[in-house]
Amino acid sequence: MTPPPRLLLAVAAGGALGGVVRYGAGLAVPDGTGIPWTTFAVNVAGSSLLAGLLLLPLARRSEVWAAGLGPGVLGGFTTFSATSEQGRALLADGHPGLALAYLVGTLAVCLAAVALVGRIAPPLPEEDEL
Amino acid sequence: MTALLVALGSGVGSVLRYVLGQRFDGTRHTGTLTANTTASLLLGACVGWSLDGSTLAIAGAGFCGGLSTYSSLMVQARDLGGVRGAVYAVATVLLGLGACALGYWGAAQA
Repeated sequence: MTPPPRLLLAVAAGGALGGVVRYGAGLAVPDGTGIPWTTFAVNVAGSSLLAGLLLLPLARRSEVWAAGLGPGVLGGFTTFSATSEQGRALLADGHPGLALAYLVGTLAVCLAAVALVGRIAPPLPEEDEL
Repeated sequence: MTALLVALGSGVGSVLRYVLGQRFDGTRHTGTLTANTTASLLLGACVGWSLDGSTLAIAGAGFCGGLSTYSSLMVQARDLGGVRGAVYAVATVLLGLGACALGYWGAAQA
């Protein structure tokens, strides 16, 4: 089913904000060569925050805030496409070891962070996991 | 100005990902997987076309960044748990890498 307009608007506004914060982080601390640490940090922080979203009373009370902050701000803040492109570029530049370390490292650290936060945070309903 | 373009692209991409997820994510996260793979393909093409400046800002950092998500992928993988979660996460990463390489290669041919 298609979500109601108020949720779509919340996700649009949140996604716009999250994307700008990610972009700003990249300007403040450019990824440079080698492992893209800024994107790594963005994804670890964003994944941890999404896992802990329902620690926030506002997100528990309001589905609009939950959608705006979860799939919106944090979905827009984190990026999978940049990680793929950075992995591809590292491979193309002849750094398969760095590419593997970066892709596996991001996956492992984010999963560990999400599991850790999940020990204190309420589980997310499926519609807020998007 | 560039930040506004990123905001616009990211807002649109995020809504598209949200709708894909709401419509197609069930026991399998087909919607989120589609969003992440498509965003990787497009970003690879953006780089292959050597887009820069405001075009790269709205399409790459904006739309592709908003359409793709790492946070949802991780929470979904955790909640699937065990082997299913690991397969979902690793398959997404491999598909993303392949899609990105395909987009880059295809754009370089054009």
